[in-house]
Amino acid sequence: MAVDGIDLQVQPGEVYGFLGPNGAGKTTTVRMLVTLLRPTGGRATVAGFDVAREPQKVRRKIGVALQEAALDLLMTGRELMELQATLHGIPAKKVHARAEDLIARVGLSDAQDRRVGTYSGGMKRRLDLAMALIHAPEVLFLDEPTTGLDPTSRATLWDEVRRLKNDGTTVFLTTQYLEEADQLADRVGIISAGKIVAEGTPAALKAEVGRPHLDLCFDGDADVGRAREVLAGFGEVAASPADGVDLSIGVLEGSRAIAPVIRALDEAGIVVGRVELVEPSLDDVFAARTGSHLEGAGAAPAPGAATV
Amino acid sequence: MDPFFFRVVWALARRSLRGTLRRPQFIAPLVLFPSMFLAVNVGGLTRTTALPGFPKVSGFLDFQLAGAMTQSLLIGGVATGIATALEIEGGFFDRLVASPIPRVALVFGRLLATSVVAAGQITYFLVLGFVFGASVQGGVGGVLVVYLIGVVAGVGFGAIGQAIALRAKNASTVQGIFPLVLVVLFASSAFFPRKLLSSPVDTVARANPLSYIADGMRTPIIQGVGATSVTEGIVAAVLVVGGACGIALLALRGRLREA
Repeated sequence: MAVDGIDLQVQPGEVYGFLGPNGAGKTTTVRMLVTLLRPTGGRATVAGFDVAREPQKVRRKIGVALQEAALDLLMTGRELMELQATLHGIPAKKVHARAEDLIARVGLSDAQDRRVGTYSGGMKRRLDLAMALIHAPEVLFLDEPTTGLDPTSRATLWDEVRRLKNDGTTVFLTTQYLEEADQLADRVGIISAGKIVAEGTPAALKAEVGRPHLDLCFDGDADVGRAREVLAGFGEVAASPADGVDLSIGVLEGSRAIAPVIRALDEAGIVVGRVELVEPSLDDVFAARTGSHLEGAGAAPAPGAATV
Repeated sequence: MDPFFFRVVWALARRSLRGTLRRPQFIAPLVLFPSMFLAVNVGGLTRTTALPGFPKVSGFLDFQLAGAMTQSLLIGGVATGIATALEIEGGFFDRLVASPIPRVALVFGRLLATSVVAAGQITYFLVLGFVFGASVQGGVGGVLVVYLIGVVAGVGFGAIGQAIALRAKNASTVQGIFPLVLVVLFASSAFFPRKLLSSPVDTVARANPLSYIADGMRTPIIQGVGATSVTEGIVAAVLVVGGACGIALLALRGRLREA
């Protein structure tokens, strides 16, 4: 059984991140919700319609970009967009304009008359997304939209998801990348072995397993006791910091606490050699709930990140 | 019927046609293989027209043209099946299924494209025949009958290919039926008069709809319109297309149910 008794609710206008390792049941869940797979039991409604009993009504309300960009490589981008518009019943007079608008929106205007087979992976993904949006769907399903993409293409897709959220589109986003769920999702559902093991906002889920803290190492023979006194007002100072760390202090405000802490220590004449913000991740949440870590946790480079 | 249905069928047919025309490796076998076979037959077996019982013909090429057309249309059916299977393998079929379109349009869209390709195949062989001295005894009416039977039968073969693709879900399986297609073709009167076939092939040929389809297209070329074989050809083509479309729609239903 790929999924077992999943119970979840996504609010209109929400970006819901469905996070889990490969084989957890993410794609199976999506395929059931987009009417490509008939559930063997239970009930699911999308945009108010039952996926098993009213699949045609569901299809009119949803946009779908599946895991593998399902495109006809022999067609041009424009031809595919116009076909998709026709399949969604957009009036013939508006097909061309609608297709052009969306192609421009995903930055493919220059490539629209080229065959899709010549597109890069990122371009195919963007076209796939544009096709899913052709009829301005109420609910958009994105199944691992950035898997295998370079950071630039990933950033473009992330920006588009944020724009959709601002436009009020409900987005159901499956991903195996923690960073992606953390960055984009209003709420996250974590699935493992076909069951939901955790659900909530990324912040709330992470707060369940720990709080962010700063690990500090001082230069030379700094007075750790004095540093402890200086930082007492910033948060709870750990009684026994981790190995190789001189002092550890809880900071609820995360990265925004770094500058004031450093400034206070500097004014007290204590030189900080190294500072690291340690925050619980969704992988910690996953580990806390399942006892194992997500495959490839943290493997997705954040857009703009560089490896030196 | 809903105008949206026709709009979707036409859109899917246009896409299939574009795909076919942009994939030379699909087009080439439709005409090259039957053309080569036709050349070999006409070049080496011309004296068979002197056999007792062989129908009166202006030339052996006139007789063989219908066989080449039938062979080409059958290969076209396999190509339709392969294209459908590739669509399933590549995931594009899922995109279509996830669209709010009438389900049967998935079958009829591609079959409409197959009918256009079939008309092209018939045209190619008629022109080839005219260039090398063949003539259609039935005149313009005869040509129209050849088109009618050929296109209807071509759609039927395409529907069989689609049905296999929808069940098998992979292109290599569909491609694997090609040798079987040749066996069925040779167990018919497509290349040789039924009267001159010996047992048990003559028995098989009598029950083989390909015999009636080939003879139905051949008669307007070598004799003229009006013979019984033309009616039989039309009936056989209609039965093939009706049965095959039914099987393809059942296969589609099964595919959507298990998807």
